[in-house]
Amino acid sequence: MTSLLEIEGLRTVFRTHGGEVAAVDGVSLAVARGRTLGIVGESGCGKSMLSLSVMRLVPQPGTVAAGRVLLEGKDLLKLSDAEMRQVRGRRIAMIFQEPMTSLNPVFTIGSQIVEAMRAHDKSATHADLRKRAIAALDRVRIPAAERRLDEYPHQMSGGMRQRVMIAMALACSPDVLIADEPTTALDVTVQAQILDLLRDLQGQTGMAIILITHDLGVVAEMADEVAVMYAGRVVEKAATSAIFDDPQHPYTLGLLGSIPRVEETRERLLAIEGAVPPPFQLPKGCRFHPRCVFATGACQVDMPPLRMVAEGHEAACINAPVEAMVAA
Amino acid sequence: MSGALLEVENLAKHYEVKRGLLFGRHVGSVRAVDGVSFSLGHGETLALVGESGCGKSTTARLVLRLIEPTAGTVRFEGTDITQMRGEPLRKLRRRMQIVFQDPFASLNPRMTVGDILEEPLLVHGIGDKASRRARVNQLLGLVGLAAYHVQRYPHEFSGGQRQRIGIARALAVEPALVVCDEPVSALDVSIQAQVVNLLKDLQARLGLSYLFIAHDLAVVKHMADRVAVMYLGRIVEVAGKDALFANPRHPYTRTLLSAIPRPDPHRDTARQIPGGDVPSPMNPPPGCHFHTRCPFADERCKAEVPALRVLEGGHQVACHHAEALPAAPAAEGAAAMSPVAARRLELYASRRGRAVAEAG
Repeated sequence: MTSLLEIEGLRTVFRTHGGEVAAVDGVSLAVARGRTLGIVGESGCGKSMLSLSVMRLVPQPGTVAAGRVLLEGKDLLKLSDAEMRQVRGRRIAMIFQEPMTSLNPVFTIGSQIVEAMRAHDKSATHADLRKRAIAALDRVRIPAAERRLDEYPHQMSGGMRQRVMIAMALACSPDVLIADEPTTALDVTVQAQILDLLRDLQGQTGMAIILITHDLGVVAEMADEVAVMYAGRVVEKAATSAIFDDPQHPYTLGLLGSIPRVEETRERLLAIEGAVPPPFQLPKGCRFHPRCVFATGACQVDMPPLRMVAEGHEAACINAPVEAMVAA
Repeated sequence: MSGALLEVENLAKHYEVKRGLLFGRHVGSVRAVDGVSFSLGHGETLALVGESGCGKSTTARLVLRLIEPTAGTVRFEGTDITQMRGEPLRKLRRRMQIVFQDPFASLNPRMTVGDILEEPLLVHGIGDKASRRARVNQLLGLVGLAAYHVQRYPHEFSGGQRQRIGIARALAVEPALVVCDEPVSALDVSIQAQVVNLLKDLQARLGLSYLFIAHDLAVVKHMADRVAVMYLGRIVEVAGKDALFANPRHPYTRTLLSAIPRPDPHRDTARQIPGGDVPSPMNPPPGCHFHTRCPFADERCKAEVPALRVLEGGHQVACHHAEALPAAPAAEGAAAMSPVAARRLELYASRRGRAVAEAG
């Protein structure tokens, strides 16, 4: 068994007055130890709900309706609440986009890190945990860690706060780190520092990272494999180089055409027309077809499943690769 | 440069910092903008680029006279507007408009789109009821929305559509200058591309001048004619877009450029990112503000503030060592994309062109 964490047919639904809405609809993914899986998509594609489902933190009225989340073969969805608490933080940790709202403003960062460690280590002395908290801050390269421990979140910059979040997440040496847009709120030079830090820490600990982002640049630098999500489903999944060199799904193509590039001489961007459909008004057939320039009548009938288009490369499009279809 | 639409000279904005409840005692000042000069021509786009806290948004608000400068002049169409008040100032506001970053916060949720777009016309007493209606419809068409959207409220629209409404509102009074304050930073990539294209189309059609505030150099590459890079309240480099990206002369500009994550998995990610954060603007380092993070800094940089000076080809840079710096790392091969990906994007582009032509 090579995968550390495997997600199989995961379906997360919200029961609303208007009926059942699936935020995540049949997603299967896997990540191995020491590897990074990038999950790319725009707002509303279900990427954040997917990570909350893995952590069993889906907010009400949402529930995980189907599927399995296997951590070393053990289904997390079948664990009791008490058992799941032992998994969160210790086996799987999570960092969020906004380091200001994820930290409690009325406690020092030291007490927050110690609290997180205490949850998994009831017997250690306070002095001991404090020492470990200093070591944790050192590890994420926060200068003068001992002094910083007694500061409040508002006394730190955005980049420092995100380092604190990472220190806290890594305090119990998790096997899997889920990073949900970890650098989106940061300036570009600080973003580069944080990405370098995550890479280094992964090299030291061998943890698996699930990196959720909308930024294809971040994915290209960080991920080994990429899953592109659209409207709750994975539409393409492959090794990172294959996603960029051999993009198969028209949505992936559209995303690649939309990103402004520094090295680009072409002035006009290839935008994708229209917007992501709201989850309660999903179109029939392929969910991307109303925005797809290659769509045919057949695309409006059945939802295309992921199929193998090359070795280790899957895409959910009946027309891929598009040049074959244009030639025909 | 008498032909310029906007000329800014030594513009400064200092905020006093006070401590104490009743009789605040003065403990220092934040030099949010500290002696900034630039000009903007007719139909031109100048991008102000920098990280948070560099003073780019404050500069934009000073130019619009939404806040009062501590020092310096802003000349718009040849007249100094920093002392303007009353009726002339009201008239001036028709000529300069702004598009905000957050399309969720900048539209009144209790007004319909029609009312939002009509309001600037009412404020400036333009036209009668019928002609204003017609203008609103025309504006909706201009930004790619439909006439039936008039009756709707902002919450019924997606982020990209809301930003279109914000752009239409700015254009309602036919301004010459539009300040775009991070207009696409809050949008998804596919939507961001739509709005960038729209802004460029509108500029070509209406001859607008843009002061484009951004932190994302890749977006700037697509939008701007010239780029000014700011750091802690000062401009450190100004150049034409191509010169700036091909041959950045200030170490900070190089840092910004190398920090952008590139959508190219084959690129070597080893790079030099200076440690540390931007220093606090309340207590900026003496001399060159960037010397604390600069790999080339020496004693002179710690003591002497470098002036913005002109190098060859109108390239301006504020660095003592601009000539002595090693050549900028060679610009990486143009859009390193595989032939397969490039071919498919071509197909995508031609299909899309056809679809747009049919719709139009």
